Amino acid sequence: MGFFLETLFGGLMVGMLYSLIAIGFVLIYKASGVFNFAQGAMVLFAALAMARFAEWFPRWLGFESKVLANLLAFVAAMAVMIVVAWLIERLALSRLVNQEGITLLMATLGIAYFLDGLGQTLFGNDIYKIDVGMPKEPLMVLESTFQGGLLLSQEDLIAAGVAAALVAVLALFFQKTATGRALRAVADDHQAAQSIGIPLNRIWVIVWSVAGFAALVAGIIWGSKLGVQFSLSLVALKALPVVILGGLTSVPGAIIGGLLIGVGEKLSEIYLGPMLGGGIEIWFAYVLALVFLLVRPQGLFGEKIIDRV
Amino acid sequence: MLYRENGQFKSSYRADQQVFPILQDRVFMLALLAMAFAVVPLLASEYFFRAILIPFLILSLAALGLNILVGYCGQISLGTGAFMAVGAYAAYNFHVRIEGMPLIASLLLGGLCATVVGVLFGVPSLRIKGLYLAVATLAAQFFLDWAFLRINWLTNNSASGSVSVAGLDVFGLPVESAVQKYLLCLTLLVLFAMLAKNLVRSAIGREWMAIRDMDVAAAVIGIRPVYAKLTAFAVSSFIVGVAGALWGFVHLSTWEPAAFNIDRSFQLLFMVIIGGLGSIMGSFFGAAFIVLLPIVLNQIPGWFGISMSTALASHLEFMIFGALIVFFLIVEPHGLARLWSTAKEKLRLWPFPH
Repeated sequence: MGFFLETLFGGLMVGMLYSLIAIGFVLIYKASGVFNFAQGAMVLFAALAMARFAEWFPRWLGFESKVLANLLAFVAAMAVMIVVAWLIERLALSRLVNQEGITLLMATLGIAYFLDGLGQTLFGNDIYKIDVGMPKEPLMVLESTFQGGLLLSQEDLIAAGVAAALVAVLALFFQKTATGRALRAVADDHQAAQSIGIPLNRIWVIVWSVAGFAALVAGIIWGSKLGVQFSLSLVALKALPVVILGGLTSVPGAIIGGLLIGVGEKLSEIYLGPMLGGGIEIWFAYVLALVFLLVRPQGLFGEKIIDRV
Repeated sequence: MLYRENGQFKSSYRADQQVFPILQDRVFMLALLAMAFAVVPLLASEYFFRAILIPFLILSLAALGLNILVGYCGQISLGTGAFMAVGAYAAYNFHVRIEGMPLIASLLLGGLCATVVGVLFGVPSLRIKGLYLAVATLAAQFFLDWAFLRINWLTNNSASGSVSVAGLDVFGLPVESAVQKYLLCLTLLVLFAMLAKNLVRSAIGREWMAIRDMDVAAAVIGIRPVYAKLTAFAVSSFIVGVAGALWGFVHLSTWEPAAFNIDRSFQLLFMVIIGGLGSIMGSFFGAAFIVLLPIVLNQIPGWFGISMSTALASHLEFMIFGALIVFFLIVEPHGLARLWSTAKEKLRLWPFPH
């Protein structure tokens, strides 16, 4: 029982991290109808920027404080992500308005290649560390209830807390600010939004910046867990089934989808894996999402797809 | 001025319905084929065959197969690499396990196995549409990648799924040298291209296109979506499977599942989109573009006498590749095939302005 719960919690934590990446996908898809394959590359890019700035700033400016370095690096990395968002909108997306979904998808794949290359050219291609002072020691809880208690990683708990905070901030931003309202208007109907004077181009820059912010947060958390390296860009592939399971247009869907996939993946690896020869984590999420879609083609919380002739 | 149809009168339906109704096109095609079959083998160097021509031919074949599914039937698939892998490993199993199996039969049986798997993974397309389907096909990619790595029976119990073939022959003719391999691939490609061209002009091809343009409307006018979508998956996977078998047998001769990973799927999708969705010709253009681009990019620093570290070079290559893809999508979202038809339009008048 203890072991089962531990696996369950482990799955939930991993799922939270997937959700972090999935939220970026959903934000952009909602606002611009672009299925953003570059989200993974953005995570890598943001994490690389963060890691390297935190290393460079103390050297350039001659101070020692780690907190200050991390703070400055965070601000600088965010600024870089805003520039990237602006460039993507300016140079690519604004010229691809009204193209089909698949063309846009391919364009974001091109952007992903570009960002992967650019990030590693600018910031180097070694494995870098992000050290934001997350505690590494595991935590024992519920020792009185179970024999042996539950072993939880503090790092994971903090990550989950950060993810929850991010979602709360995003929800506030979307519900309470004028910009957030404009974003929701664009998501609902491009033309109607444009006709009441919402500038689409600026909205897209904002959305990509927000997605960049989500990528940065995801990058910092993944990066401090695994180290910043190229494989970070592939983690995003794991977020794809999360997005379609939750529904392409729903932020809560991304969270719940992430948790489901995280838990499903860990439990299946432990309980089904040995029967099938192991390593089934790679495809389990996809097959789970596929089976789910057969029942609900729009995902858990996606808008119902209505075909009109 | 040279390229115009004036004075070419059709006096029978047969003449009107041929694949290339214009005489100049027929002459051009025949010249191209003669060139490919007779002249190229005499002129090209070993490196040119192995690094450019053979990959180009095989990937064209795979792109052709994918184009039937994505370009003609509108079902986006990100699992092409996996279907190639099915073709390759199935052909390998037939080749090794059955004594004296002819090469062509192995290749075609490999294609048939890919068909079965393709139809199986195509079934969800009846319910899942658009981008949801694209991501769902990734399930095929990751599952099959895993299967060839972990299920030993599929790879004849070789470690980590790495297999190799040697001593190939077709009807007694050996397929050893680069030229022989090239000719085998070329022959198969021409046959399959003709097959595909005629399929998309036929009733079934028109059903695919109706489904692509709007599946509900197509169903209303009496086209069975189940039949149309699954045949598209079947034909596409068959061609892709044969291409995969060729890629393994002829191009690599020793391969492991990583040769058919998700990057291959993306690469093929790039080919059909840059070449032109819904165009047989486009598949060739796209394949040529994607095969040549990295080779050319690799050469460029050398031409200017710049030397750089391999890591930097590969990162720059990534950047330029990505940028060019975006650039092409912006400049010509309908692909190179559209440029080709625009050029032909212009040629009818050239060199006169009107």
